[in-house]
Amino acid sequence: MSAKKQSPWLTLVSILVYFFLYAPIIVLIVFSFNASRTNVVFEGVVNQGPCGPFYWYCELFRNRSVMDATRNTLIIAFTSTVVSTIIGTMAALALQRYDFFGKKVSETALYFPIVTPEIVMGIGILVFFSAVFGWINTALALAPSQRLTMGLGTVIVSHIAFSIPFVTLVVRARLHGFDDRLEEAAMDLGANEFTTFRKVTLPLIAPGVLAGAMLAFTLSLDDFIITFFTTGPGATTLPIYVYGLLRRIVTPELNALSTIWVLVVLIVVAISQWFQRRE
Amino acid sequence: MAEYAVELRNVWKRFPGPGGEVVTAVKNVSLQIYDGEFFALLGPSGCGKTTSLRMIAGFELPSEGEIFIHGRPMGKTPPYQRPVNTVFQSYALFPHMTIGENVAFGLQMKGVDKKEITRRVAEALEMVRLSGYEKRKPKQLSGGQQQRVALARALVNRPEVLLLDEPLGALDLKLRKEMQLELKRLQREVGITFIFVTHDQEEALTMSDRIAVMEGGVALQVGTANDIYEHPNCRFVADFIGETNFLDGKVAEVDTDKARIELPGGVSLWAHTPQRVVVGQAVTVTVRPEKMHIRPNATDINQVTGYVTDIVYIGTDTHYGVVLIGGQTIRVREQNYAADSRLLAREGEEVCVRFSIEAARVLTE
Repeated sequence: MSAKKQSPWLTLVSILVYFFLYAPIIVLIVFSFNASRTNVVFEGVVNQGPCGPFYWYCELFRNRSVMDATRNTLIIAFTSTVVSTIIGTMAALALQRYDFFGKKVSETALYFPIVTPEIVMGIGILVFFSAVFGWINTALALAPSQRLTMGLGTVIVSHIAFSIPFVTLVVRARLHGFDDRLEEAAMDLGANEFTTFRKVTLPLIAPGVLAGAMLAFTLSLDDFIITFFTTGPGATTLPIYVYGLLRRIVTPELNALSTIWVLVVLIVVAISQWFQRRE
Repeated sequence: MAEYAVELRNVWKRFPGPGGEVVTAVKNVSLQIYDGEFFALLGPSGCGKTTSLRMIAGFELPSEGEIFIHGRPMGKTPPYQRPVNTVFQSYALFPHMTIGENVAFGLQMKGVDKKEITRRVAEALEMVRLSGYEKRKPKQLSGGQQQRVALARALVNRPEVLLLDEPLGALDLKLRKEMQLELKRLQREVGITFIFVTHDQEEALTMSDRIAVMEGGVALQVGTANDIYEHPNCRFVADFIGETNFLDGKVAEVDTDKARIELPGGVSLWAHTPQRVVVGQAVTVTVRPEKMHIRPNATDINQVTGYVTDIVYIGTDTHYGVVLIGGQTIRVREQNYAADSRLLAREGEEVCVRFSIEAARVLTE
């Protein structure tokens, strides 16, 4: 490698790639400190109110709708991550361990949603929920206030559904080459099925499970399309809220929100990297 | 307490095959393994030896038949409730635990108190000469050391029976030899019944008190190393253990425990008949190469003529390939015990191969 002279073109292309990847994020962060209310011209660093240059960040935290959307987003992300990680890991273990009738079909069917356009999934889930809810509401003759409607619940269920395949995929990758003898050894030494899972299997696949959970978390955090179809009143998430703002006026508040978002994701990725390094 | 440490009574194991067919891995195997014995299950891969061991451990359940450990029927008892421990071919040390934690695992599962665990772990590691390795991870150890940790991890629980699944398979030759002796020493020291699976006949002969030779899911012969080598009961066993010659022929004359066998080409020889044979029956005669001689010798009754096809000199012995008049080829191993041993024949030379009646055994299957 060292003997080969690096082509200047390669360097140039690499720089361009990184520039296009990161320039928008950097601009976005810089504009979150803009003195102007618009995102068009940078008119110097804002210095207003008690927060000084962090004026827009303070504005953000005073904004009720933003806080509600943040809360919803986190509730949805945490719940769907926990549930999809558990189900996805169990599915991965089952697919790894057992041979059963229709295994190939069920495995392909599990991964199919990954390549299905999200818009199709979204419409599908919407149609499904309206049909089922409509049927239940009429069958039980529920009063308007008791009726099942779209909301936080439907969003969570759909997020769980689209996260499971990703978790399974990641955990299965980790399980590939897992020595079944290790579990047998544990049982041989007196550990029952549950203890074996807790003391041997889980610690060994933990990096995979964690990576799957992180993936599920970030997928849920920034999902727009499926959420858009399945959300209801009072269940607005951040992506939906931001989209709504775009149609009105984009203030640096939005940039501040995005900056925080980027930081959170960065921290999550750093933690997961640290966990994987430790293995 | 029953006299057998482990008994397999008419055990069958059937698996669903990849194409939906049924694969019978173990066919009606009955074995009695005595307390304190070093017992080997020997056979080529796919002979059912590992499946048998896994059924004793409880990783597989017999399709039919019963397994007893010290007289207690095992039935569907799960592995974690059986008084046995296993040493795996791949060692199966827990990679996320230290050596100390690995060895302590079984005792922790039993709820032994902490002080006792520390003491017994140290004792077990000392027994396999790995004192002071408690804090290391399995990855930091060599193959031979990992193997010894696996042994310590099993033996620390003081099982009634120790099961070993090709435990030396992954080691190089020199280490294997060392570990063979080490295992024997350990077995004498702890006095636990060892059941050992191997495909290496030399290993089985070196280490075990008794051997069961398995093939195609059937236990063909059970006996001491000497028994199996000198008195094989079928062609497979004779062929699998050591080197041997087979001569196909027909029974021409029967006399109590010996018979005259006619080989193609008009040659005939007398051979010992452990099983009853009748005149006209097609049989195989087995004679070990070291029991055949080219050197003139008055006591051996059987004499067959042939031509030397090849000579391999390996120092202690010289191997002669001989093609008999009837076209069958045999190998003769002459020991070079004389102070100045020379070759007894040259390639192409006509020789007379001699052997005793007792050295020749008639096999009917």
